[in-house]
Amino acid sequence: MNDFESALRQAAGSLPAEPPASAGAKLADRAAADGLLDVAYATVDSPLGPLVVAATPRGLVRVAYSEAVSRDEVLEDLAARVSPRVLEAPARVDEPRRELDEYFAGRRQEFDLPIDWSILRGFTLKVLRETARIDFGELRSYADVASAAGSPRAVRAAGNALGANPMPVVVPCHRVVRTGGALGGYTGGLERKEFLLRLEGSLL
Amino acid sequence: MSVRLPAFQSLLDVHGSDVYRFCVAMVGAVDADDCFQETWIAALRAYPKLRRADNLRAWLFRIAQNKAIDAHRARSRRPVPVDSVPEPAAPPPAVGGAEDSEPELWARVRELPPKQRTAVFCREVLGMPYAELALLLECSEDAARRNVHEGLKRLRKEYSR
Repeated sequence: MNDFESALRQAAGSLPAEPPASAGAKLADRAAADGLLDVAYATVDSPLGPLVVAATPRGLVRVAYSEAVSRDEVLEDLAARVSPRVLEAPARVDEPRRELDEYFAGRRQEFDLPIDWSILRGFTLKVLRETARIDFGELRSYADVASAAGSPRAVRAAGNALGANPMPVVVPCHRVVRTGGALGGYTGGLERKEFLLRLEGSLL
Repeated sequence: MSVRLPAFQSLLDVHGSDVYRFCVAMVGAVDADDCFQETWIAALRAYPKLRRADNLRAWLFRIAQNKAIDAHRARSRRPVPVDSVPEPAAPPPAVGGAEDSEPELWARVRELPPKQRTAVFCREVLGMPYAELALLLECSEDAARRNVHEGLKRLRKEYSR
């Protein structure tokens, strides 16, 4: 009896602690091949701290400063707004990772990657699409962006839309500042906005 | 209307290791990787249609159990090579067991009926509550308890032989 109990303990203890390291990538590849990978993400290092970068088969859907919003919050939000089929799959976000690296290294001024706008609606979508057209090194006011989005008086709403930008850096909401020159707010904290504007030469 | 399902990755993070251990115990180290992948792909396929987000572990292990049964069937259909030289029989494991030799207990567990196999693993390795085991096995709590009991009784009998 006791021998059996100890054999049972030993058998349980003999099982591997974890699946092989390659199992996650293998699963992500197979999921993508079978059309089951709705949201792929990876955590990427940047001078502004780790970023969570996520893409759907249509394009980039999320960039998050993971020191400002936790990875889990980002994933739960994507699960609710896009699809619960969310998997870590660094190979699927190679392109945005590479472009972000180049941008932070000062070797890229424009992002050429496809963007999935489908989680955005209405005025927020309009404001962020207009924001995506602001060139590297340029600045706009909240009023400019509100006008460009078709509602010159909706300055505050434009500010809210920018605050809800799901793709900071790539959709350059940091290039929108207050009329008169004050920086205004930023999703990732003001010091990040300052860093980006310095990188682009807009702030000395 | 619809339930709020957690991001699938969080299921993999929380239950991946236990599911892998289950696969190793149920089908052996060689076929465990395939069993593991098949389980998670099937889970991912069905996931958005789930109506409830509670008892996700029982749901996952039910899928894993089915994939392990598939693996057993596939193996029994696999042709046995007759023209190859049989490998010399492995020496019996030393008392206390070498680190990398699989305890023969799992081989014996694999000979139990499927529900008993799952029940023994989930109870003895995971410490799963009977209520959850009942959901997994789609039976009553009493029946779940009996599956554990019967499985252990048979193993114990064979062990003392």
